[in-house]
Amino acid sequence: MTEPILRCEGVSKHFGAVQALYKVDFEVASGEVMALVGDNGAGKSTLIKGIAGIYPFDEGQILFDGSRVRIHSPRDTAALGIEIVYQDLALADNLDVVANMFLGRERVANGVVLDEASMESSARETLDSLAVTTLRSVRQTVAGLSGGQRQSVAVAKAVMWNSKVVILDEPTAALGVAQTRQVLDLVRRLADRGLAVVIISHNLHDIFEVADRITVLRLGQRVAVFRREETTQQEVVHAITAGTLNVVPGMQKDEGYA
Amino acid sequence: MSTDEKTSPDTLPAYEHFAVEKNPSTVSEYMQAWWVKVRAGDLGSLPIIVGLIVIAAIFGSLNETFFTSRNFTNLLLQMAGWATIAIGIVFVLLIAEIDLSVAYNSAVGAVVMTLLLRPGDPGWPWPLALGVGLLVTTLVGLVMALIITKAGVPSFVVTLAFLLALSGVVLILTTLFTTAGTILIQDRVIKGIANSFLDATVFGIFGFWGWALGIGMVAGYGGSELMRYRSRKSSGLPTKPLSVIALQVGAGAVVILAAVYVANLDRGVPTVMLIVLALVAFWTFVATKTRFGRHVYAVGGNPEAARRAGIDVDRVRIAVFMICGLMAGFGGVILASRLSSVATNSGGGNLLLNVIAAAVIGGTSLFGGSGRVVSALLGALVIASVENGMGLLGLASGTKFVITGMVLLAAVLVDALSKRGRAAAGIR
Repeated sequence: MTEPILRCEGVSKHFGAVQALYKVDFEVASGEVMALVGDNGAGKSTLIKGIAGIYPFDEGQILFDGSRVRIHSPRDTAALGIEIVYQDLALADNLDVVANMFLGRERVANGVVLDEASMESSARETLDSLAVTTLRSVRQTVAGLSGGQRQSVAVAKAVMWNSKVVILDEPTAALGVAQTRQVLDLVRRLADRGLAVVIISHNLHDIFEVADRITVLRLGQRVAVFRREETTQQEVVHAITAGTLNVVPGMQKDEGYA
Repeated sequence: MSTDEKTSPDTLPAYEHFAVEKNPSTVSEYMQAWWVKVRAGDLGSLPIIVGLIVIAAIFGSLNETFFTSRNFTNLLLQMAGWATIAIGIVFVLLIAEIDLSVAYNSAVGAVVMTLLLRPGDPGWPWPLALGVGLLVTTLVGLVMALIITKAGVPSFVVTLAFLLALSGVVLILTTLFTTAGTILIQDRVIKGIANSFLDATVFGIFGFWGWALGIGMVAGYGGSELMRYRSRKSSGLPTKPLSVIALQVGAGAVVILAAVYVANLDRGVPTVMLIVLALVAFWTFVATKTRFGRHVYAVGGNPEAARRAGIDVDRVRIAVFMICGLMAGFGGVILASRLSSVATNSGGGNLLLNVIAAAVIGGTSLFGGSGRVVSALLGALVIASVENGMGLLGLASGTKFVITGMVLLAAVLVDALSKRGRAAAGIR
């Protein structure tokens, strides 16, 4: 892989007495699908929320495109070109696909009037470029879309803004077989377009279909990074459940870390 | 909404395979597509049109006065104030909130204006007095919104408290300067708002400005449809067929011009309709063509999505309550103008229920995120027709309340039932 576009070095985060992340390294390169796996409480969400700017890391640094960046708020993350698609997707059911894709960033003509035609064309273009062809109309409301279509709209919304990194939180968790297929294909196409994709999932089967590399977290630490073609599901499961920890939880203080 | 997504590969819903947008190109195809939408529960203005025809048929057959031109202009005068206040209610309902104080707030605005207009004491000119009245009602909306957003108290409770408090303010202000509790409006302009007609004869045509208003509305409607058509066409987007546009504008023109004609058989189109229609047009523009309007719908549909999209949800809420206050002020002035006075009972009685019923009957959902500004006008027309018809029949108050209640219930049931169909079909 090439030089990573996003890289976290030694990031830690604790909530009170709970050490949610401990000196974790994480990276993803352009054109690559990086899976982030781990059991419940392994620190996946904490890592993503730190990158998203929802809260700051206690220590460690974030490098974007080789240079160190500071992320204080979700706005900073968006400004860098990192988009996160959360599990609940955050779509307004009563609005149509175009309105949702442009929500909060609507285009206006002559300063006031919504430029519907231009927004509709762009939305259509983006959806077409992602080969999302199952939509009946970009003017139908999101309420009537299937789970896979909703996920596709959320992803299209994320990539429309020249983003460089797209993070997908459990994109297939609520989907049936065919719709999971749709979304995994979409993930692959994003990477083929040169975006860096991070996919969080519990479903190893999905991950082995789509990921290039797999980062395993366990109890707030990174225990392994695998290349997909060089590993097996058994090996990954073993890392998730029994990967070797650098530090035994509860013993951090002995290392001088509070 | 997305609970029943468990589809296996062999049993995908049929529409998943429709990659190409279906674009009706003839009138009959368009009618078919419309009928499919109606059957799926997207009724649009259909229930209200059917409802109006039913109401008119009932009252028209029971009382020969109902269909007279005199009664038609009365009906327009009757609905004007309600429609105006209901515009604000539509906005509040769109963000899934409620404003129960709106009736007494409207009375506060009217009373403040009336007091400022009293000849010699202080005898302000009408634009100034009107401005202060509207400012007061808008500020009431602002204060309520600040409590609702910053303290996180449900709007139901906050506006209920203001309902009580403002009814007290109306009582205090109206009895402060007169013992009778009724203050007459003597300013000719303010009195004229709801008591004058576009009845000037220009070029030998009676009600010339009424005709001008009607033709202007038709032209505005047709023009905006054509502009939409051209901008979509030039961007290569699917368009409504021109024949359908012509038919819709034509039907609109018939209704509007017929209304002008009937009004001109009597005293002419009430001047207040000019104000009401201008307000409906302006707020329709705001709701459908501006970023603010889009954000209002988003906040009503999914506040969390709106927040994550970078929309300042609290600011939208505050603005909406201020709009509601402003429109309450306008409506209060129209209602006061009609009576040429304000009194201790201003803002009381059925006003609150009538304006909320108007918004809901017009098709604005109580659940937020769905509705149109014009529903305030259509709903007020229904409510006014029922009230007007029952008045002509000389029904007892009790009977009137029961019937009005049943009409509201019918409207809410239509909304709830069609919502199921809409949710299944995925159309607004």
